[in-house]
Amino acid sequence: MGKLSWSAIPFDQPIPMAASLLITVGVFAVLGLVTWKGWWPYLWREWLTSVDHKRIGVMYVLLALVLLLRGFIDAIMMRSQLAIAAGGAQGYLPPEHYDQIFSAHGTIMIFFMAMPFLVGLMNFVVPLQLGVRDVAFPVLNAISFWLTASGALLVNVSLVVGEFARTGWLAYPPLSELQFSPGVGVDYYLWSLEISGIGTLLAGINMVTTILKLRAPGMTYMRMPVFCWTSLCSSMLIVAAFPVLTATFGMLLLDRYAGMHFFTNDGGGNFMMYINLIWIWGHPEVYILALPAFGIFSEVIATFAGKQLFGYRSMVLATLAICVLSFMVWLHHFFTMGAGADVNAVFGIMSMIIAIPTGVKLFNWLFTLYQGRIRFEVPVLWAIGFMVTFAIGGMTGVLQAVPPADFVLHNSLFLVAHFHNVIIGAVLFGAMAGYYYWFPKAFGFTLDRRLGMVSFWCWLVGFYLAFMPLYALGLLGMTRRMQHYADVTWQPYLIVAEAGAVVILCGIAATIAQLVVSIRTREQRRDATGDPWNGRTLEWSTTSPPPSYNFAVLPQVDSLDAFWVMKQRGPVAPPEHYQSIEVPRNSPNGFVTAFFAVVTGFALIWHIWWMAIVGLACAVLTLLVFGWVERHEDEISGEQLADAERARLRVVTPP
Amino acid sequence: MMEEHARQPADEDEHSGSIVTYTVGLAFALLLTAASFIVSQTGLLWAPGVPAGLAVLAIAQMGVHLVFFLHISTGPDNTNNVLALAFGVLIAMLVVGGSLWIMANLNTNMLPASAIMEMQR
Amino acid sequence: MGTAELPGLGTTMARGGEGPAPVRIVVGYGFWIFLLSDIIMFSALFASYAVLSGQTAGGPSGRELFELRHVGVETLCLLFSSYTCGLGLLAIGRRQLRGFYLAFAITFVLGATFLGLEISEFVGMVTRGAGPSRSAFLSAFFSLVGLHGAHVTAGLLWLSFMVAQTAARGPRDFVRRRLLCFSLFWHALDIIWVALLTLVYLMGAR
Repeated sequence: MGKLSWSAIPFDQPIPMAASLLITVGVFAVLGLVTWKGWWPYLWREWLTSVDHKRIGVMYVLLALVLLLRGFIDAIMMRSQLAIAAGGAQGYLPPEHYDQIFSAHGTIMIFFMAMPFLVGLMNFVVPLQLGVRDVAFPVLNAISFWLTASGALLVNVSLVVGEFARTGWLAYPPLSELQFSPGVGVDYYLWSLEISGIGTLLAGINMVTTILKLRAPGMTYMRMPVFCWTSLCSSMLIVAAFPVLTATFGMLLLDRYAGMHFFTNDGGGNFMMYINLIWIWGHPEVYILALPAFGIFSEVIATFAGKQLFGYRSMVLATLAICVLSFMVWLHHFFTMGAGADVNAVFGIMSMIIAIPTGVKLFNWLFTLYQGRIRFEVPVLWAIGFMVTFAIGGMTGVLQAVPPADFVLHNSLFLVAHFHNVIIGAVLFGAMAGYYYWFPKAFGFTLDRRLGMVSFWCWLVGFYLAFMPLYALGLLGMTRRMQHYADVTWQPYLIVAEAGAVVILCGIAATIAQLVVSIRTREQRRDATGDPWNGRTLEWSTTSPPPSYNFAVLPQVDSLDAFWVMKQRGPVAPPEHYQSIEVPRNSPNGFVTAFFAVVTGFALIWHIWWMAIVGLACAVLTLLVFGWVERHEDEISGEQLADAERARLRVVTPP
Repeated sequence: MMEEHARQPADEDEHSGSIVTYTVGLAFALLLTAASFIVSQTGLLWAPGVPAGLAVLAIAQMGVHLVFFLHISTGPDNTNNVLALAFGVLIAMLVVGGSLWIMANLNTNMLPASAIMEMQR
Repeated sequence: MGTAELPGLGTTMARGGEGPAPVRIVVGYGFWIFLLSDIIMFSALFASYAVLSGQTAGGPSGRELFELRHVGVETLCLLFSSYTCGLGLLAIGRRQLRGFYLAFAITFVLGATFLGLEISEFVGMVTRGAGPSRSAFLSAFFSLVGLHGAHVTAGLLWLSFMVAQTAARGPRDFVRRRLLCFSLFWHALDIIWVALLTLVYLMGAR
């Protein structure tokens, strides 16, 4: 069994052991409940083998919410540790454990919370907004989701069996090389991200093809909703950046497994090449996260201001500009690592230039709100919170884009505060806004409004309490990733930060409570019309939830904000006769492929070579078998469509 | 669906190739390949110009493949394909060119890793 | 209508309103995007090779190791296999199954020859102590050229699968779509080989 033995389970470390028990018990409890209630056939048929973009989108968001909890627990453990480990105190987390916690926190939050959340929202919404029935490659979509879930699973297995990387969320060599990290931690990190990276890449290809090749008749590029534009650009970035990540991790894996010398200290290796390549991926990655969030805010602001988005064309151009420019700034992540003044100057200037299109967007949102009839629903609060928070975070970013300033601030808590400022401000707030905004479409009832407000205010206040002290600490000289510190004058700031984390915890608790309460009282908040917010885009023209085929007849589009225009025009007589349509059948392909991916990954991590070969062979075989079998589609007859449409039109009140 | 059937061209595989296209492409590619070998191995081209010459020949060969084998054209139906290709080429050039520029600067400005390790002893 | 002012961009932006594209175009475009992502993955390895090509750690360099005649034969094999692959696609388009099988058989043989030559080159280098763990240059060389070889291997596997599927199902729509994708893949591999040939072998052997 390779390197695997009973000593892999952390029996001798109380905190990891407690966490492992908690997770194991929790997982088995859930599996047990599902089995006892006899839900497996339903789950298998309706969710696990689904190729419907709406189902897959929901599963992505569910994955993200669960991993948000895990990532946040890591965060609050770190904050608690730092709040007490001042002067000579050592806190309660030994360094080897603390290092794994901050590495896992970053890895989970970026790859298994933020990415799945936004990919899930894009998956759910984009085909509906484009007025089509599904993404370009539904089976590939399922495979993408399950590969992402496999990566998430492997990272969490590392908690119970073995250890995680102690290298930070990007695993720089030479620390991540075999010489300095001989354990399985870095291998867990690398294999789970290689596997989920393939899933993400395939999702990006799928989305690009969908948006460029599948739109309702009449929907030209300049009539697409802004969320579709930002999803397109984000997906283009995924297609361009993730291969670099795959290659770079591949090279590190070759160093670790085959004794190669890409990034080692000896044999001519150059660890700076890793840092260079990983940030070629890393900078576009943050725009992969930010662009869909910007798109969500565009939709939310226009809807709740009751006005068309201001400056549609400049929004599109700004998005495209950000897309291209995001590949020209990556060195600003390592100004201090010796490239020289001229290189630093070029990248510093580019980093300042990229702030301009974002500024254009911000002003467009403000002008949309101006003189609108704003309804202060939960998503609008998130949007306004975002605009303020992201503006501050963006400014601290441009500040650090000045190389001499960055020489002081690099790798200090100022940096940590900056990137949390922009990521939480844009990505998390955007995800929460999108979650609340599109929940009724997905499930047929709205979320509880009051708890949504509570969640927002806790997050907003908590965020500022948790991260503003970090700006100060960065300027006072505290560096990142410290497990304890000698300067006790830092402690008050860290205690405030801990308080902020607790307030955010309340916000997360409010979100969980919101879900529970909303489900229990769902009948009172039924979305009968499918259009709870008086929306402007095509997803609101369907029932809540939409039928599997989305649209009985693809809408004919002749303007921007297609649904709004339809509502202004008034009801149209339904067609006399509906053509039958074909919908793709479910496929276990995704689930089975992912199963073998997990087996292969686990085997490779623990050097169980026979299992790795078997796992890989089975994965390839799965591909071949599913490729060989001819895919049949299900037909929905014209009569069924007519019945469904009659029912829908009965309920929808005419505008 | 109605729209699909109406839009499908009569000849399904209108990837606009023919045996002539492929053969011409092959001939060009052979010529360019031979030229690459000749340029690199003989003294026919002025020595300092050889890297540039090889690069030009390589780009030409790739172009021949794209046009004659992959049927990339500038027709209106092909716009998305060309734009995607242009984007991909831009990124590839940024990755390779950017890395070379940055790493060259690093190597000039920094001690080699071995010397750093020596200093840490 | 919201068209941009720039001329070419205007027509592009104003178009795109014809409704969902036919399946063949959707599949072809999706595969094209995948190929571009693959090329970007290769470019990361090319970048590493370019940066590390001088780091021989006292070991052998390209000039000592590369045999251009060997490489020339490999190049011809791959180029001709690209040609026969194209002919095979023409044949299946005209439903000439025998021509298709012949063309793809030759493609397979040429591809396998390429692979065999490459493996023999690798084995030769390893036995001479110039394996991938000898130096950064060799790590980069083996990985870059090896990744291309792995793609060729996967391509040969796919080719066999497609020939079998064509034999079993006939030249149906979905089969011909996959053959189109395969040919795009195979041509792209030759394009990458051109870059490899030039940057690794021809430049390295000087």
